[in-house]
Amino acid sequence: MPVSFAAQINSVMAALILLTAFGLLIQRRILGLLHLFAWQGLFLGISTAIVGYVTGVHHLFVSSILTLTLKVVLLPWILYALIRKLNIRKEIETLVNIPATMLIGIALVIFSYHLTAPITQLSSLVTRSTLAVALATVMLGLLMMVTRHHAVTQIIGFLALENGLFFAATSATYGMPMVVELGVALDLLIAAFIFGIFFFHINTTFDSLDVEQMAKLKEGD
Amino acid sequence: MTLLVLLGISLSFAVVLAFLGDWKYAPEVNITGSAAACATSILLALQVYLHGPFTAGSNFFFVDAFNVYLTVLTAFVSMTTAIFSRRYMRVEREHGRVGHWRMRFYHAMYQLFIFAMLLALLTNNFGVLWISMELATLSTVLLVSLYRTPNAIEAAWKYFILCGVGIAQALFGTVLLYFAAERLLGVGGEALLWTNLSHISGQLEPTVLRLAFVFLMVGYGTKVGLVPLHNWLPDAHSEGPTPISAVLSGLLLNVALYALVRCKVLVDGSTGSHLAGRMLIGFGLLSIIVASFSLLRQKDIKRMFSYSSIENMGIATFAFGIGGPVATFGALLHMLVHSLTKSAIFFTVGHASQMHGTQEMERIRGLIKGSPVVGWAFILGTMALVGMPPFGLFASEFLILTATIKEAPFLAPIILLGLAVSFAAIFRRVQPMVTGVVPPWQKPLKAAHLPVILHMALVLLLGLYLPRFLSDWFHTTVELLK
Repeated sequence: MPVSFAAQINSVMAALILLTAFGLLIQRRILGLLHLFAWQGLFLGISTAIVGYVTGVHHLFVSSILTLTLKVVLLPWILYALIRKLNIRKEIETLVNIPATMLIGIALVIFSYHLTAPITQLSSLVTRSTLAVALATVMLGLLMMVTRHHAVTQIIGFLALENGLFFAATSATYGMPMVVELGVALDLLIAAFIFGIFFFHINTTFDSLDVEQMAKLKEGD
Repeated sequence: MTLLVLLGISLSFAVVLAFLGDWKYAPEVNITGSAAACATSILLALQVYLHGPFTAGSNFFFVDAFNVYLTVLTAFVSMTTAIFSRRYMRVEREHGRVGHWRMRFYHAMYQLFIFAMLLALLTNNFGVLWISMELATLSTVLLVSLYRTPNAIEAAWKYFILCGVGIAQALFGTVLLYFAAERLLGVGGEALLWTNLSHISGQLEPTVLRLAFVFLMVGYGTKVGLVPLHNWLPDAHSEGPTPISAVLSGLLLNVALYALVRCKVLVDGSTGSHLAGRMLIGFGLLSIIVASFSLLRQKDIKRMFSYSSIENMGIATFAFGIGGPVATFGALLHMLVHSLTKSAIFFTVGHASQMHGTQEMERIRGLIKGSPVVGWAFILGTMALVGMPPFGLFASEFLILTATIKEAPFLAPIILLGLAVSFAAIFRRVQPMVTGVVPPWQKPLKAAHLPVILHMALVLLLGLYLPRFLSDWFHTTVELLK
């Protein structure tokens, strides 16, 4: 596979990742969010594998397999099991002001391109052009966590944000050193364990997973 | 070798306590583990004192004058907290607030948390530093929600989400740092090692490092609890069990600030400008002012002292930002004495709130009459905290203020205002709590006096006389951070 062709496929993957990030931002159904998240993981895994193939950086294959098992299979499966157990499969979240959220999202993408422009110029990697998309994915995940009020949705936003970070590592440097990537994956697994427990605690204590209800600890009362 | 043993101790005790954490003598096992870690850390310090800095585990870990004193501090405070926790958690268990499983969980996570902090301090690798900071957060999230009250769950959720998001920014910063370093040091783990990076910081690309520092500042700044990233801190530090509040406020904030300062050194070396310092000054000042005025409005005793932690961390951050030998020396000392004082105060606060069955300051009265040691420890601890002589915080704040007057005189009034307001706010609340008659709802309590007395004695000692080895380490660190 010629390098320029690989770079193009990688750009397509980046575009798809960005698209799923926007999809996550406005999807109301919990199950739909889960599907989108799994797709995002898949695109990420494919992109990592392609970069690994054309550059000959072999540890990227390990990262790719790690991504596919963790973010396409394991985490969505855990979340799905939790959603079934908590009986919120059909839950629909009310979203206010979707157009405004989208506009803010677009502004964040432009901002990301602006911010990473000097770095892209310094880099000579095949993947340099996707760094902006990676940062945009991080920012969109952040935006999702701010605008949503459901515990499960916030977690999916958090995981999407983590996808963005992983993508940033591949785009800027062909992946972090192996020990760091394994450590981050371990942290993510522990986090999955913790939010699983949390969903049950929140659900039993507040009778719903809407975190808006948790607003007792405010100042000045 | 000592270094690996130190990390191994906390990790293996975490595993052991995961199995017998609800055993009758589990608190004693917990104390043994922490005491062993503390003894090993002192051994480690001795090695550093005699032979200077060194690396271990094929450059994976390292220890120098900067992290060695924080390591000993962490191991020491975790030991005294374990001693305090034995009595405290027994009472909580008698009150039925925690059961078998949760005790097991509590003990295992306590040791895992200590391990995460020690790993963060001793690792040579910036990536691992990030991982262990995240691990420290994750291991304490479920400890904050240990009581399963609505407030505790809300606090823990906030802690989990806000710190998770915050620290994710630091990972992006670390990626950028790796990007800059890899061009000079080649691909692989070598490029993230502090021992390599500190030598070549002058050649790192300034544009990249400037951007990286913004992300690192936001990321680790969230964990230090700097305003405006502090929202999670008062909740997380006040809703959990008191031993956890003591280690969160006393230790974890220090470790996060340590991470931030290490990053600052690299950025300063690369850019040659004062950018990182200015950012630290800005965040520090804002923290001092906002936290000291927030102190005025508090009704919950642990919440009030959490805000005081934000204020004190603000002072240290500000001092690192000012830079120069005097301010940096003051900041290093401040981290040490604040940690000792704040954990001592949380110990007495824990006893006081158990005696009264509440954390509301309105209902805590007559401490000196009810339990003289707790009462006096509380009033002396508070005096130390607000910076009265002859305690250690007076010395550190005095140094910082002197440096400020010299380097940036127009900022000195702002610092003084913050200190004065927090002094007034805290004393106004503490004075009625310790004096007066014993209210009918106060119950006598078997308190653990040793940890508090030990901490206060050290804070007093450090205010009067700074041991030679400590000032040597501080001077070396000052050179390093220049």
